[in-house]
Amino acid sequence: MKPILVLVSVDSNSVLLGAKQFVNYLREALEKYNLKDSVDVLETGSMGVYTQGVVMAVFPDDVYYSVRSVADVEKIVSEHLLKGRPVLSLEIPRERLKLVVEKEKVTEEVRIVLRNVGVIDPRSIDQYIARDGYFALHKALFEMKPEQVIQTIKESGLRGRGGAGFPTGLKWEFTAKAQADQKYVVCNADEGEPGTFKDRLIMEGDPHSVIEAMIICGYAVGATKGYIYIRGEYYGSVENIQKAIKDAYEYGFLGKNILGSGFSFDLTVRLGAGAYVCGEETALLESIEGKSGRPRLKPPYPPTNGLFGKPTVINNVETFANVPQIILNGANWFKQFGTKGSPGTKVFSLVGNVVRRGIVEVPMGVTVRELIYKFGGGLVGGKQLYMVQTGGTAGTFIGLDKIDVPLHYESFRDHGVSIGSGVILAMDEDVCPVDVALNTMEFFEHESCGKCTPCREGTRLAVEILRRMSKGQGKKEDIDTLKQIAIITQEASLCGLGQSINVPLISILDNFRDEFLAHIGATGCPRGVCKFEKPTKVKAKV
Amino acid sequence: MVDREAVAEMVRNIKKQALEERDMLINALHQIQNRFGNYIPVEAAKVVAEELNVAESKVYEVLTFYTMFSTKPRGKYVIRVCVNLPCHVTGGRQIVETLKEALGVDFDQTTKDGLFTLERTSCLGLCGVAPVVMVNDEYYGDLTPKKVKEIIESLRARGDAK
Repeated sequence: MKPILVLVSVDSNSVLLGAKQFVNYLREALEKYNLKDSVDVLETGSMGVYTQGVVMAVFPDDVYYSVRSVADVEKIVSEHLLKGRPVLSLEIPRERLKLVVEKEKVTEEVRIVLRNVGVIDPRSIDQYIARDGYFALHKALFEMKPEQVIQTIKESGLRGRGGAGFPTGLKWEFTAKAQADQKYVVCNADEGEPGTFKDRLIMEGDPHSVIEAMIICGYAVGATKGYIYIRGEYYGSVENIQKAIKDAYEYGFLGKNILGSGFSFDLTVRLGAGAYVCGEETALLESIEGKSGRPRLKPPYPPTNGLFGKPTVINNVETFANVPQIILNGANWFKQFGTKGSPGTKVFSLVGNVVRRGIVEVPMGVTVRELIYKFGGGLVGGKQLYMVQTGGTAGTFIGLDKIDVPLHYESFRDHGVSIGSGVILAMDEDVCPVDVALNTMEFFEHESCGKCTPCREGTRLAVEILRRMSKGQGKKEDIDTLKQIAIITQEASLCGLGQSINVPLISILDNFRDEFLAHIGATGCPRGVCKFEKPTKVKAKV
Repeated sequence: MVDREAVAEMVRNIKKQALEERDMLINALHQIQNRFGNYIPVEAAKVVAEELNVAESKVYEVLTFYTMFSTKPRGKYVIRVCVNLPCHVTGGRQIVETLKEALGVDFDQTTKDGLFTLERTSCLGLCGVAPVVMVNDEYYGDLTPKKVKEIIESLRARGDAK
């Protein structure tokens, strides 16, 4: 080992900020200053924040830098690494670091899912193993019966992190009890809920945690084959997961007779091709089967009739990433975090007009206010917070009156604030609710697969009305009509896509009703966002 | 002209990675699309259907369902711009306008010189650096109208050189 270690985030977001270029330059500079033998460079996953540039950390000095140019890199090498003088102007202030650095945990941050992200080289299976990786698999295979694995997951209270919050242990139990000659484990890595990028960062930063969990799940439910279905656009995730699978095969964690236990499991990657609806579990299964991704009528559900009609466990990336730690540390350990009904942590994506966009893992029960102000650093330009979308596009729009509601799986039922996939999209006073609603409904209209009429036509009608409103041609009855559309589409649609449009639509209409009313009969958008047009006159046919 | 045998050979190789008989269609289409640049010729799709023993109509259905696939040749650079809310509220609207203006095309159209096709995409999961576009398999983030123009200019220079 060399005396100095430099960690650099090279996840996909950081790459866009120049991370690759900085790493290359760093290596060149080390050569130039003859520091090659005393400095190790480790490319790791996301350290959580982006708006300050690429995070570069120097150990053992424990100094974290925000790097924006190769000149910054040069400075760090020539000053800090060569002469031992930290570059104060590039250093990330300590209080901001609390968000970035695991060991300086503030009470609110707990890393279960992200424990290795930004800490290890995700392309090294050895580094994963050095952090207790595959210990849970060993424990499950040699010290636990399949039923005990399921019992542990059930007791932990782990719920699906994709958004629906279904108890994971129950899903596994249903699949375990189903009789069939073949069963499957599928990982839903078709992350597409706008604003969500946690799964991407988990796969890029710690791919083995997902793979280990899937093998454990296979053992628990009696499945011997697994698929990870990744978005076609997620090149970095695909690359790291594929490398991890290859290494896991080489080390005997995958394939025949795993670690001599007699249990065999094969795992492979399948790609999406640009369809939001494939995040719906049955549409995803259709897609793996080589069909267009149109959801199936439920019931039957995947635990009994899933992939190729066989019993199938299908869980989200984040859900799986919790599993190895639960198996290693036990259900009670897991339950100390979060709330009674929603134990554990949640990885939130902080996006929109916040100062520090990024991901943060905190126990369930955190409030929107804490996320935006404590972790997100407030709003860009010191502007006022006006509206927050929680949970993703299928989530809720709330105003300031609801930002102190604790977020967990019951907060939607109890307070009308959805946790969904963990998106916190903060919007400042420059947005207009009518424009936001239009953008949201355009999304659903575009992504509706067209299989069932309520969703296909409901989304189209909603867009039509909102578009008219945003041109200043709204009518009094529009708000009620939109609500009706929302309710009918929710009640009559086939799958989760259509069934969830009422959540954003009704929440924005209710929480920002005055803004919608102010667009009707007005001469211009009260917020100066929508562009009003005079209606084109059509001669009435007599 | 589509080299049928070469495509068939590709599909047979892809088939070797299958866990189940029918699980390779979409992965196969991805690879074939890469081979032909950014679209899948009808001839090639027919070969896929034969090799995987799937009806041609099924392959066509899949091809047209997923937005990443195209049955028609697209521009040398396919620009996918995110139109979802996290980009929209951080300046994405101006990015879309700038792109349309600078390229002189609307969504799903190709510039006359055949260099650019503009497409809209849903969230790319890079919201930490929104607004974002993807050009072929490269991403660009933290965009401003000025940066967009620079990117297009540099692509134009690159594209013309060849």
